[in-house]
Amino acid sequence: MLVKMIPELGHFALIIALPMAVVQTLMPLAGAATRRPLWMAYGHPMAVGQFLFIALAYLCLTASYALDDFSVANVANNSNSMLPWYYKLSAVWGNHEGSVLLWSLMLAGWGYAASRFSKSLPRDMLARVQGIMGFISVGFLLFILLTSNPFTRLLPNVPQDGADLNPLLQDIGLIVHPPMLYMGYVGFSVVFAFAIAALLGGRLDAAWTRWARPWTNLAWAFLTVGIALGSWWAYYELGWGGWWFWDPVENASLLPWLTGTALIHSLAVTEKRGSFKSWTVLLAIFTFSLSLMGTFLVRSGVLTSVHAFANDPSRGLFILVLLAITVTLSLGVFALRAPRVSHHASFSWLSRDALLLINNILLVIMTVTILLGTLYPLILDSLGLGKISVGPPYFNALFVPLTVIMCIFMGLGPVARWKRMASGELVGKLWLAGGAALALGVVLPLLYRGEWNLWASLGIVTALWIVLPLVRDVFDKTRHGATRLGGLGKLSLAYWGMVLGHLGIAVTIVGVAVVSNYAVERTVRMAPGASVDVAGYEFTLQELVSRRGANFLADTAVLEVAHTDSGRRFTLRPEKRFYLATGMPMTQVALRPGLFRDLYVAMGEDLDDGSWAMRIQYKPFVRWLWLGGLLMALGGVLAVIDKRYRRTPKASRTAPQEVTS
Amino acid sequence: MTPRRRQKLLIILGALALAGVAVGLTLYALRSNINLFFSPVQIAQGDAPIERTIRAGGMVKEGSVARDPQSLNVEFRITDYVDELAVAYNGILPDLFREGQGVVVVGKLAADGQFMADKVLARHDENYMPPEVAQALEEAGYSPADYQAKAAEVGERLRSQDK
Repeated sequence: MLVKMIPELGHFALIIALPMAVVQTLMPLAGAATRRPLWMAYGHPMAVGQFLFIALAYLCLTASYALDDFSVANVANNSNSMLPWYYKLSAVWGNHEGSVLLWSLMLAGWGYAASRFSKSLPRDMLARVQGIMGFISVGFLLFILLTSNPFTRLLPNVPQDGADLNPLLQDIGLIVHPPMLYMGYVGFSVVFAFAIAALLGGRLDAAWTRWARPWTNLAWAFLTVGIALGSWWAYYELGWGGWWFWDPVENASLLPWLTGTALIHSLAVTEKRGSFKSWTVLLAIFTFSLSLMGTFLVRSGVLTSVHAFANDPSRGLFILVLLAITVTLSLGVFALRAPRVSHHASFSWLSRDALLLINNILLVIMTVTILLGTLYPLILDSLGLGKISVGPPYFNALFVPLTVIMCIFMGLGPVARWKRMASGELVGKLWLAGGAALALGVVLPLLYRGEWNLWASLGIVTALWIVLPLVRDVFDKTRHGATRLGGLGKLSLAYWGMVLGHLGIAVTIVGVAVVSNYAVERTVRMAPGASVDVAGYEFTLQELVSRRGANFLADTAVLEVAHTDSGRRFTLRPEKRFYLATGMPMTQVALRPGLFRDLYVAMGEDLDDGSWAMRIQYKPFVRWLWLGGLLMALGGVLAVIDKRYRRTPKASRTAPQEVTS
Repeated sequence: MTPRRRQKLLIILGALALAGVAVGLTLYALRSNINLFFSPVQIAQGDAPIERTIRAGGMVKEGSVARDPQSLNVEFRITDYVDELAVAYNGILPDLFREGQGVVVVGKLAADGQFMADKVLARHDENYMPPEVAQALEEAGYSPADYQAKAAEVGERLRSQDK
């Protein structure tokens, strides 16, 4: 009996979580305004309760999937009894309702963590943070309960079996990509709450930045991994080997990443030098607003893509209103309160302060250009001015030069001093690195392929210009220790975080530059026995076989690949699958990954006379794209666990970084 | 000017210069990279520019897909059930490409009226007709609901043949 009531139990838990979120919003905020400790004390228990009840609701939905309860519409539409268990569990977030529930669960989780690990905050500050986290939660819980209830039943006509999960989503990518991305999106709500709380309380000092920084870095690290995983997934899942499409949904995740990156740097200036305060707060507001906008774009159905599950206008309207309320209220608070927290510290034009300012301006310009390209077609369409699309050339024409300009300043930033610096000193530190970067950048493409390529050289010069000054800096910093190795250990984790973050960007840039310029793609017609030579590898189609998988039928091509130089041989087995429940065909790519090159084979279509169209690709350095992303995220995590953030006034048992473990 | 004011001025000038560069690049890039959408009825009326990258869309006409037996060249016709457009493409068609299904093609219209596609995007849509096509029909004075029903009917029939 109880098993049959699981969906109702989940629905009920969600309904209970809503008033808790309301209390969490009202009482602490009112308490902080009127200085009543008793009211403020409501914050923590409500954050705990809300988290527990949303977690219960989430578990109930997961249980409905695990138990194949097709009387629940959400399960019936997105699962199937033949689906392997791990996809059943991740199918929970492979649809609109479930993904919004996951979003809410994470929001409550971040809210609980912020409340739990910030005991050293002044009481009124903590109360305000809790109140604002509660406010966002109210919005999303209302959204679920009013427009996107995942527990709706299909009674009395219960389907025999489910409609199955979209085959594109039946992949390890579904298991890892959305949770990471969401942790990033939602994680920025914490720094947003800190920013608004600081505005309301009129307190924005170095202590505040020390609280806000670990949360920002952690959210940013999650978002970085989420974006990298999304790119990796699209690369092998969609069957044409692209790794970034400038699709509006991808842009929606890149936008908060760009402002989040700006925020991390601006927070550094605010902590060290006490300047840029208003700007930091504004960036925190923008970053979370862009996260919300990303949700709106993806969830409202204004875009057509694999991410847009639902086409219900009321949902889009709801998120749009939520976005409007959040932006208006937070900018209103900013307008009224920002002057109270502003502070000016002067710096010379040649200083780390100035370089970070330039970094921030460039990142904001990138954000604006991408935002424009993403929203322009939507705005024209809604005004009835025609259906247009803005293609990748637009984004490349803007993003690439802006990135190169930013990287020039990135080379200078880490070695520059705060406040002011003699230009001679900077030149002295950098001439060797600059010369080496230029020389290597010109020579390396020549050695690699025997011919010179302007764009590849530019990418390598840029990457080296980021890395070599960092090497020089580490070298200088360890000079005075007893031993170099001992000196390395003395450098702070936050410093290593910065080094890894910048190194990650350089690695990604190398990946982009090489794969964009040296990739080889051949689309060929192959019958059994046919061979084709691509980039020094000989691909021979040996046979075509059919097989049956758990919930699909597949045509498999068996290709033998031989490396012409070394004679090494291996087999690749790309597939064309036909999913039984949905009747949808799917291309399963065969990959031979490697640190320096990927081989990529996708089956196209059956050409009737026994031959198949095949897409064979040679992708040099493509792994570096995502490796760079992982390095950046690792850098973010290192910065979070720096012990500086544990030296809080009372230095007690808790620390923000324990969230990660 | 005090050093502080000078610094402020420099920051503002720098920001303005960067913003100017960005706006210039943006306008330039947008001008050459906006792809307008046309449906067969609009192309038949001569609304679409020739030799410029545009997008066109409609349903793949029944029995119109012809593959060259030697190469990966393929020709097919897309229709909005009022007018038709001949499309030529070289390469692999997407998994969801099927007769009676909605597609969007990106490419250039040749002077002889054939569409040279660089990209073919298949749409898996329960409505069978891409919304842009329905809207184009409405603007051309046809009732999209009639053609939508027709598209759905053809789609259903082709689907049942598949099974």
